[in-house]
Amino acid sequence: MTADAAPLVDSGAPAAPAPALSVTNLDVTYKVRGQDRLALRDVTFSIARGESFGLVGESGSGKSTVALALVRYLPSNGRVSGGQVSINGLDPLSMGRAALRDLRARTVSMVYQEPGRALNPSIRVGRQIAEVFSIAGQSHGEATASAEEMLRKVQISDPARVMGRYPHELSGGMAQRAIIAMALARSPSLLILDEPTTALDATVEAEVLDLVAALRQEFDTTVLFISHNLAVIAKMCDRVGVLYAGQLLEQGPARAVFENPRHPYTVGLLRCIPRRGQRKDSDRLDTIPGFLPTPGSSIAGCIFAPRCALVQDRCRTTDPPFFLVDATRTSRCFFHEQAPDLPRSTPATIPELAGHETDGADGPLVVMAGLSKTFGGSVRALAGVDLAIERGETLGLVGESGSGKTTLARVLLGLTKPDEGSAVTMNGKPLSPDARRRPREVLRTLQIVFQNPDSALNRRHSVRALISRPLARLAGLSGAALQARLEELIASVRLEDRHLALRPSQLSGGLKQRVAIARAFGPGPEVVVCDEPTSALDVSVQAAILNLLADLQQTERATYLFISHDLGLVRYLSDRIVVLYLGRVMEVGPAETVFAGPHHPYTEALFSAVPSLDGERPDRIRLTGEIPSAADPPSGCVFHTRCPRKLATGECESTEPPLHEDEPGHQIRCHIPLAELRELQRSQSVPSQGGS
Amino acid sequence: MSGLLQPPAEPDVPQPVERVEHLGMTTGYLGATASAAVAVASRATPAAWRLLLRGPAFWVGAAILLFWVVCAIFGHLFAPYSPLAQNLLLPSAAPSGAHWFGTDPLGRDVLSRVITGSRDILIITPLATILGTILGTILGLAMGYFGGTFDLIAGRIVEAFLALPIVIIAFLFIVALGPSTGTLITVIGLVFTPLIARTVRSAAQVERQQDYVAASRLFGESPVRVMFGEILPNVMPAILVEFTVRLGYAIFTIATLSFLGFGITPPTPDWGADIYANYINLLPGYWWQTLFPALAIASLVIAVILIADSIEQVLAS
Repeated sequence: MTADAAPLVDSGAPAAPAPALSVTNLDVTYKVRGQDRLALRDVTFSIARGESFGLVGESGSGKSTVALALVRYLPSNGRVSGGQVSINGLDPLSMGRAALRDLRARTVSMVYQEPGRALNPSIRVGRQIAEVFSIAGQSHGEATASAEEMLRKVQISDPARVMGRYPHELSGGMAQRAIIAMALARSPSLLILDEPTTALDATVEAEVLDLVAALRQEFDTTVLFISHNLAVIAKMCDRVGVLYAGQLLEQGPARAVFENPRHPYTVGLLRCIPRRGQRKDSDRLDTIPGFLPTPGSSIAGCIFAPRCALVQDRCRTTDPPFFLVDATRTSRCFFHEQAPDLPRSTPATIPELAGHETDGADGPLVVMAGLSKTFGGSVRALAGVDLAIERGETLGLVGESGSGKTTLARVLLGLTKPDEGSAVTMNGKPLSPDARRRPREVLRTLQIVFQNPDSALNRRHSVRALISRPLARLAGLSGAALQARLEELIASVRLEDRHLALRPSQLSGGLKQRVAIARAFGPGPEVVVCDEPTSALDVSVQAAILNLLADLQQTERATYLFISHDLGLVRYLSDRIVVLYLGRVMEVGPAETVFAGPHHPYTEALFSAVPSLDGERPDRIRLTGEIPSAADPPSGCVFHTRCPRKLATGECESTEPPLHEDEPGHQIRCHIPLAELRELQRSQSVPSQGGS
Repeated sequence: MSGLLQPPAEPDVPQPVERVEHLGMTTGYLGATASAAVAVASRATPAAWRLLLRGPAFWVGAAILLFWVVCAIFGHLFAPYSPLAQNLLLPSAAPSGAHWFGTDPLGRDVLSRVITGSRDILIITPLATILGTILGTILGLAMGYFGGTFDLIAGRIVEAFLALPIVIIAFLFIVALGPSTGTLITVIGLVFTPLIARTVRSAAQVERQQDYVAASRLFGESPVRVMFGEILPNVMPAILVEFTVRLGYAIFTIATLSFLGFGITPPTPDWGADIYANYINLLPGYWWQTLFPALAIASLVIAVILIADSIEQVLAS
């Protein structure tokens, strides 16, 4: 990987003897409404045999276009308008139909983001995998046996049973394994993974990534790994290329690039991600100013120049060539040596607003007691949750999908009716379980920022109508007062007047979420539920939204219930953290205590699962399988079926442990005493369950 | 209110209004990012309507429709004869230079009757369809929004209604109300109501799951406002398509009812009624008395279908 990966200076002549993949000066053009738009420009990289190359970029950067162009899967309006591609010495761009089919079948395999859509829903999984072997000329019996063998290799414990199932009967992680099995069935010389774990939960993602890493060793496969997630790329790849607006801006060994980036864009991107120890109040995230250029727009100089803090006149006129940073790295920047010292575009600290800690009232703002919710008579989404939200704090809510996070938020908001016996009080007053029965004064105090602004904002209304409506309904504003508040809100979420007349579809994802935030804060709520508010957004946009939320919390004196599956975000933003599993609180405590440990074994597993940019963290424990069905929760401690620290005494299977408080404010639901957990988690000598 | 802090300018302020467009193109492929898929969800932009005007099918349909509208309004001015003028010296004359489409058994000019016969059908068709669409939309929205028991009961009634032949139901109404233009409009409107309700219901059910409906509940909006202010604008494309499709069926239904003698009363020229009056003359060989009104009906239905298809395609793209 060292000599083979020698960077290509300007011209991009492949230096390695026969790389598994080499892409040289690749241009791809899409024809949109009769106009040619350049989606990839001058992309050059190569992957040595057995190497794993990561392509990282935000949405619209052209990552997927690269993958499609390699095997000529571009949509009908797209074409390769320049450059060469060579896979194993073959040129897919010029070969005939039959040869191309053969290439796609034998040499290159692709795995996509959504496992559910890559399998034919009407054919049993076994037959779909066996088909790959049949095409290779194996008899029916042989093919079936090979398929079973392949499934065993992707660590499916009962391959015969899985083969008899239809795709919808498989969980997401299981389906993705089956697809990886299909992809590897032919021992392809190049495996393209396009966001293979983006649709999966963190614990499942960790398993799939481990699997891919192990299989890569075993099959000696060359991998092109495409992802928006820098940490995943850092974990999985030897080398990485950073793609921006269709151009590769920097490439080199993954660790070096992420630890010491040498292009202003990479530097900015990395600063957008909350790192260990960063907090909303002390060490704020930086952001990248400006926007991705419109695809196809002609840019004279460096494509990143309009957003770059190091920009000089030269950058605006001359497209920079690749500069050699060192023997293994290139950066497309005239000032790559100054890149690490890129000035911040947002200040690292913000002035603390004085005296807004309490409004004189005591006690928690919201108290939820014995909160249960049963769907359809048997599915217990929430099972007796007791939780308090303190005034002015950010309470982070984490857990895998299916843990009951969203149900909890909806019950609090009155959108989902909890079971009998559940009680929610706010400021000491009980809240009606149905939002329709809550008086306006109460509705005003509880608002939400939804995960997906496309769904949360009515696409038929203008931004002005969207934000004004709750102001009129709940804050009772009209006329000049409404206009004044509207302008105040617009300014505080950093939208402009010209946005007011637009419909959501005319805005980018980040702007849409700003509208949603302005709308939620309009009536002056005391509690704002943030349900994964940035999960649909790109990293650089996410940072701006997180900072915005932190600002608004100060100026509007709001309390947050922040739901996220991203532990990094939760840590950055939260004062306290609640860990949910199967509708039960597993652990609750101050953010730093929960992160520092000792933690509940489930919390520990969540932490272990998340890939991190902060150096190699020992993957101490892995969870196997997926969250059990809430319709049939395990006996005793609901986590015992997946717990790597289950006690041999059988206590875990028989009795549900209480939530006990060993440290002030830090509660854990586990039979293992805190001291013992601390000891166990320090030694790190946990036998890995399953895994590799 | 605490004065909102105005922090130093943050990055994405001068956001380009234009969406990243090439994302939309890759959505067909499995790995396309989720955000791209969502970005395409908005529809019926001005550009889409320009697309409509570019389709030849739309223009053909519009031309035929326009022709019949002109005939309905000004037909009596340029028809060669009065549609009611009988010429008993020339009954059932074959097409000729004087009578291009021949004459009927009473010696009335078929061409003139075809030209002026479009009037009633062009009045009844849109009014009846609009009535059915309004009623169907209200019913469908309520079923989709409230769901539950209301949806169940209303849904069963709608299904029962749909199981009966339209013409039979129309008969019952006409017999009860007496034949007139107003009756026809009411009858066809009512017959179409459950059909349109069914379409609107399923579209509204999808919208109801969207977060903006939950959000409006948190703003204390009334169900009526949520249905008509929030959901309705989003199901309008579906309603529009259903409306245009129903127009075609309405022409058909009116013609059928007229043919069966329950529609427009003679001697008013009407395609369906003329076919009814003259089809027995087919056997003796007076084909022109039936063929030309039938072609007129067909051309109008085709025109409406062409327009409906074009609109649907534009909305779906």
